[in-house]
Amino acid sequence: MTATTASPAPTVGAFTRAAFEAHLATLPPLPDWWLARKRAAFERFATLPLPVRTDEAWRFSNVAGLTLDGFAPPAPARAVPFASIGISKAARLIFANGRLFSREILAPDLGRRGVVVDTLQNALREHGDVVREHLLAQPARLGSGKFSALHEAFLVDGAFIHVPRGVEVELPIGIFSFALGDRAAVFPHTLVVADEGARVTVIDYFGSQDDSERQLAVGANDLYAGHGARITYVGKQDWSHQALALQSNSTVVRRDASVQSLNLHLGARQARHESHSQLQAPGANSEMLSLTVARDDQEFDQRTLQIHQAPNTRSDLLYKNALLQKARTIFSGLIVVDPDAQKTDAYQSNRNLMLSDEAEANSLPGLEIQANDVRCTHGATTSRIDPEQEFYLQTRGIPKRAADELLTFGFFEEVLNRLSQDDLHAALRALIQNNFSGEKATR
Amino acid sequence: MSSLVIHDLHVSIGDKPIVKGLSLTVNSGEVHAIMGPNGTGKSTLAKVIAGHPDYTVTGGDVLLDGRSVLEQEADERARAGLFLAFQYPSEIPGVSIANFLRAAVQARLPEGEEIDASAYYKRLYAKMDLLKIDRKFTSRSVNEGFSGGEKKRCEILQMAMLEPKMAVMDETDSGLDIDALRIVSEGVNALRGPGLGVLMITHYQRLLSYIVPDFVHVMYDGRIVKSGDKSLALELETRGYDWVKQELAALPA
Repeated sequence: MTATTASPAPTVGAFTRAAFEAHLATLPPLPDWWLARKRAAFERFATLPLPVRTDEAWRFSNVAGLTLDGFAPPAPARAVPFASIGISKAARLIFANGRLFSREILAPDLGRRGVVVDTLQNALREHGDVVREHLLAQPARLGSGKFSALHEAFLVDGAFIHVPRGVEVELPIGIFSFALGDRAAVFPHTLVVADEGARVTVIDYFGSQDDSERQLAVGANDLYAGHGARITYVGKQDWSHQALALQSNSTVVRRDASVQSLNLHLGARQARHESHSQLQAPGANSEMLSLTVARDDQEFDQRTLQIHQAPNTRSDLLYKNALLQKARTIFSGLIVVDPDAQKTDAYQSNRNLMLSDEAEANSLPGLEIQANDVRCTHGATTSRIDPEQEFYLQTRGIPKRAADELLTFGFFEEVLNRLSQDDLHAALRALIQNNFSGEKATR
Repeated sequence: MSSLVIHDLHVSIGDKPIVKGLSLTVNSGEVHAIMGPNGTGKSTLAKVIAGHPDYTVTGGDVLLDGRSVLEQEADERARAGLFLAFQYPSEIPGVSIANFLRAAVQARLPEGEEIDASAYYKRLYAKMDLLKIDRKFTSRSVNEGFSGGEKKRCEILQMAMLEPKMAVMDETDSGLDIDALRIVSEGVNALRGPGLGVLMITHYQRLLSYIVPDFVHVMYDGRIVKSGDKSLALELETRGYDWVKQELAALPA
């Protein structure tokens, strides 16, 4: 392709070559392959332009907000906000400013059963082959190539979860990543590998101490569900309301495996979330769920890809947004069905509830089907609070604001009900409730 | 002792007058029935009392215990003691009856005071037992997929929990088979007492053989044109509404 207009000069902002070398100097000795990949990633990052308004993959996005200036590698943290979501866990890893703050293995038999819950830095040494096979192994296809490269180049540490064949981890594993301090840049990463028949639930929490801190969070997660494995992934994004956050998710689902992911989006000034699901073998199933409370001037930009690469695969996407004040949301979803992926079942639905006349929801559902025997539906709806429902609640003494909140919860319930764990359902509900009542929830 | 006083009330939707100078007083302990043909403004009256924003009051007043409610939002009126049992209750997907009623009870507590959850459930279950409602009901979404009878029973359950001073019941009998009608009526009768005034709006006399009113009013063309005791309802049942209309027409303008 020939550019007819001058391309914008590649911008690196605070993430210069000198900053990259300084970053490498802080790391322990890395395996050669990983060091080489980080160097290549930096070159990609430095070469790629920042997105511009005319990029189709960034349609409707506030590309002017994608500034990389003024951030710095944050200082190590001495304390973190109280990290509990009121759910019993099998293990908990807490990262502050990209580095491990604490690691607790709470279910004593995890190690004996061969389950690894550790840092990526340790895993690079001790489980190098598994990490190499899976870490950032899938390309970013939804437009964030520059940011994925930035993440890979500047990744300090992250979580590594490996559940061996046939092992079921009953309680969830909690990963907490905090960004602390103004101008902090963090690059959280969670890698989950579930081998054949394994089962695991992972809760990935992202938060800041203070809603006024300007921060940059460029995160990623890789989920691999091997033959017949089951992964439940819950992401809770609650960064500072002055943060720019970009998160890329890659899910790979093998034969008869299933992955359920639910991302709750509450924080950041501008948050981009890209989610890729690859259904690689027959019987693979991916359920992609999302709930967003967009308020004030927040922008949530969600791009999704459901790729059916084998016959008899299923994907089901349901993204619901509640928009308040002057908030904006963008949903752009694509279902791709490869030519031999017959008997695909693919669903994609984006529903927006407008609680303000000044809010703006953009929806771009899409299909790209090359097989002829498939069942695919996609759709988007935008609705307002039903005045008759609101009146009904008010006639029971419930003030308008509380009535709208209740109706919004009702709107979200369809998604929360998909979770099979009741305590997780309740914890997410509480988190949304705190967000609604304006309380900062760092729990 | 409470009173609901409707004084020379005029109501319009847009430019169209619907209620045209209606006056009525309901005191605690009394059950009043308003009957009338379709399209005479009965349901409008119910919604206006409850505070529906689509209607414009162009004259007169509605007073609860001597205080005008017309400037109050629907939720303020409810907390002051008014209750409307809807003819067609809204379905609220995703909101369980337990959470819905909890929010309504919470809204009646002073600012900053949290509801006592165990006391709340105890009371809720007691009211459900009184109204012979299965406890599994509480986890269902409000009115979603309910039968006509379940919807009306749900309305009565809310009334039982919120203990209003004055309840306006809009066509509570519509859409009910005879068994459902009996169950709903038993519920209302169980709640009758010196602390509650009831204004029942109905098209048919049928309901009034289950919930026997102290007063019966005939509403026609936006006004109450005739009042009496329960025998008036029986007369309407046998003679229909036409004789009322003829009587009216015979009056000097």
